[in-house]
Amino acid sequence: MTTKLERNAAGRMVPVEVNGRAGVPFKGVGKHRPEGTKAAPRVATCVDYPADGDKRVPSLKDAFESIGLADGMVVSTHHHLRNGDAVGNLIFDTAAEMGVSDLMWFPSASFPVHANQIAHLDSGVIHHIEGSMNGPLGAYCSAGKMRGLGVLRSHGGRWQAVQDGEVHIDVAVIAAPTADPFGNANAVHGPAACGLLGFALADSIYAEKVIVVTDNLVPFPCLPWQIQGNNVDVVVEVPSIGDPSKIVSGTTRITQSPDRRRIAELAARFCAEAGIMRDGFSFQAGAGGTTLAFAMYLAELMRADNVTARFARGGSTQHMVEMLDEGLIEYILDGQTFDLDGVRSMRDDPRHQDTSPFTSYNFHGKGNFASMVDVAVLGATEVDLAFNGNVVTHSDGRLLHGIGGWQNCLAARCSMLLVPSFRDRIPVIVDDVTTLCGPGELIDVVVTERGIAINPRRQDLLDAVADTSLPIRPIEDLKAELDRICGVPAKPQRSDQPVAVVKWVDGTIIDTVWRVG
Amino acid sequence: MGEREIKAASAGPTGDRVRSDLSVSYEPSPEQLSVDVVSKVDYLFGDAIESAVRRVAGAFGVTTGRLTVEDTGALEWVILARAECCLRRAGLEGPPVLPAPAPGADAPRCRERLRRSRLYIPGNQPKLMISGGLYGADGIILDLEDSVPPAEKDAARILVRNALVALDWGVSERMVRVNQSTVGEEDLASIASHNPHTVLLPKVESPSTVGRAAEVLRSFAGENAAFLMPILESPGGIHRAYDIAAADPTVVALTLGLEDLSAELAAPRTVEGGESFLARQTTVYAARAVGVQPIASVFSDIDDEEALSAYVRRERGLGFDGIGCIHPRQIPVVHREMTPSDSEVERAVRVVRAAREAEERGLGAVAVGSKMVDPPVVKQAFRTVELAIAGGVLGADWDAEG
Repeated sequence: MTTKLERNAAGRMVPVEVNGRAGVPFKGVGKHRPEGTKAAPRVATCVDYPADGDKRVPSLKDAFESIGLADGMVVSTHHHLRNGDAVGNLIFDTAAEMGVSDLMWFPSASFPVHANQIAHLDSGVIHHIEGSMNGPLGAYCSAGKMRGLGVLRSHGGRWQAVQDGEVHIDVAVIAAPTADPFGNANAVHGPAACGLLGFALADSIYAEKVIVVTDNLVPFPCLPWQIQGNNVDVVVEVPSIGDPSKIVSGTTRITQSPDRRRIAELAARFCAEAGIMRDGFSFQAGAGGTTLAFAMYLAELMRADNVTARFARGGSTQHMVEMLDEGLIEYILDGQTFDLDGVRSMRDDPRHQDTSPFTSYNFHGKGNFASMVDVAVLGATEVDLAFNGNVVTHSDGRLLHGIGGWQNCLAARCSMLLVPSFRDRIPVIVDDVTTLCGPGELIDVVVTERGIAINPRRQDLLDAVADTSLPIRPIEDLKAELDRICGVPAKPQRSDQPVAVVKWVDGTIIDTVWRVG
Repeated sequence: MGEREIKAASAGPTGDRVRSDLSVSYEPSPEQLSVDVVSKVDYLFGDAIESAVRRVAGAFGVTTGRLTVEDTGALEWVILARAECCLRRAGLEGPPVLPAPAPGADAPRCRERLRRSRLYIPGNQPKLMISGGLYGADGIILDLEDSVPPAEKDAARILVRNALVALDWGVSERMVRVNQSTVGEEDLASIASHNPHTVLLPKVESPSTVGRAAEVLRSFAGENAAFLMPILESPGGIHRAYDIAAADPTVVALTLGLEDLSAELAAPRTVEGGESFLARQTTVYAARAVGVQPIASVFSDIDDEEALSAYVRRERGLGFDGIGCIHPRQIPVVHREMTPSDSEVERAVRVVRAAREAEERGLGAVAVGSKMVDPPVVKQAFRTVELAIAGGVLGADWDAEG
């Protein structure tokens, strides 16, 4: 297969056609403005649905038959159940049983549990996946075994693709921790409670057909209705939608690694010393060990300086909930809930608001929250001397992670990458990122255990911390130290066969992932 | 001595949990030397790993046999050390194969430096050493003794030697704890020429042990021989504390190990430490009498910050100048608690100013206001000022403002 490639505005070679559709090469940050009207499913008519509101069918197979699952359709899922999800696998096992083939799977993210789909990719039930691929699926795609190209989108980019019609969802299957027979659903109750269903919201609005699958059916009305039954075609009851122990953890652990704690502490001190941490500020932090530690150190500094944050965005955890309860944060705007305390708080505390990629990240929204956040702390697999970031591939080019909200969060007033300077001899600070996911002009600060590099574009930040004891160093200086410690790495071999593309938040193609091995 | 026997050997850890380390195996054979590398970083460093291993083989004159490497991202100085250890275990002989020196490898030692915190790092776990210099401990101790199992003493000795060369120790004093007796003498011989600043001698019970260690170090490094910090860990050692501290001019500090001491006393170690009160007092008295620093035992509960704070305050109150740490998290707590209070600093600054003024004016006696100040008080005031600057409660330029 020869693929026509074009050099985009970031200098990266990208395919001009992706899975039979013309692709738009990245034009630069804020340069792409699509026109036209929003996509929409066909008009539905209420008289076609049961007047008593009972949309139940006995099984997922019955549901697929009733909505007419057919070869080549796009089937979407959400990832709020994370590695505990049982529905993603059930969908394609059922499709295989029905003899359906060439489906495109459009998950908001996939997890190692979905290695099950490899058999369906091999047998042709699934044609290709557009969504994050890691673990065994990432290796499968990286090896060039998938028939179509993988398409990696940010959470906001997924909403954008649905809304501007780049991806038309034929069937959305929404795993719901609680639902009623009408299809109203939420994730704050039930054995698989995972807090919210924001990643399924676009699917529920824009898909042609919507199937709600639940293991906790309640009589109408199911409140709150995070998913509205008015968008739902059928409801299926199953014994279990997933393994609760792998959906949310009892407690999320703050990293014990001295290096990671040092990175987190330096990042928190940076926020304080640079004047970002002031009364009424806002921050975004996830549930990774280092960002959890960041929130813990930030809380200490906020307490000491008597500072309150107006809101915190991100994955909620016990630690963020404690900050809310203590009054250090006034509101949590939660995109995904990581532990049982997060779920409880989401259910019981009106100051803990569920959000979706529409409110937080959507490129086609009339604004979104991402750019209103004062500081976002993120991870990365690599960052280069121009501050470009990679979050999807390993230094050998193998797919490792999805983008998640990472690209979207770069819109924050100050975006910080919290990264070890090297991992097992592999430098994280490199000459040129293996895969470009975030342009350097949006990445402001890189915090490593060996020092903090500030993007020279941010003279304001350089000035703000100039007279502090923080270890501020030019990124070239950090890189030189890594060359001494690790040795200068060889250039890894790369094939010229694309296996996936990385989309920017606006739907343009920012880089290509190439076959490895 | 007959023809030496070359046998199959290996060095370094194996298994799924190993990271930033490697194992090297040697299989003798008449075939030309081959080096097989399996590494998770082979696409970036495969050639570099092979060339490091071949460098060691070359230094040992090995031209035949098979070397096999399983690597999980070890740095070069670790690769050199594991390969050297493997060949020595195989019965081969060769010179030390040293990595390129890090900046600061030749940093000078300093007798009177602050030793508030010292961080122990196991001598056979390179992964834990790599960032040791980042935490600002006054000293880092690469440990060849208790944290290294007997069968790995040879491996740790080579690793620690290479770490003395290739590791960036930051602001920390370069310390090594060696073993007792003959194993300890081999340790000393291995590290002596690579600028260890201070060597800790475990379970010292007699001044001759100190004298012997000093002699070995001097035989390798002459004038530049490392300082010594004897550790008293037995009733016998405590009993001879003064003689041990005074045994050699290279002794700079005296410390004690309470775990072993408690065991020998048959008095379980308690939080209050009543059982070791005399030992701790004796150590302080002996050290002060000789003019070396008294340093307290380690605090091993890394999760209890409150208890650590209380421990540091108590030991400081007894006269100790420093505390042993086993986790970097303990370092800022120790430094905070070793920092003098505002009133202590204020008084010390007055004394130091008066002392300088007296010196400038050629006066023999120092006076603050109408009160004469004795020399030990003046000395302690200088030390308090130094601690205050190190603890961040007094600017390094405090004198410029006054």
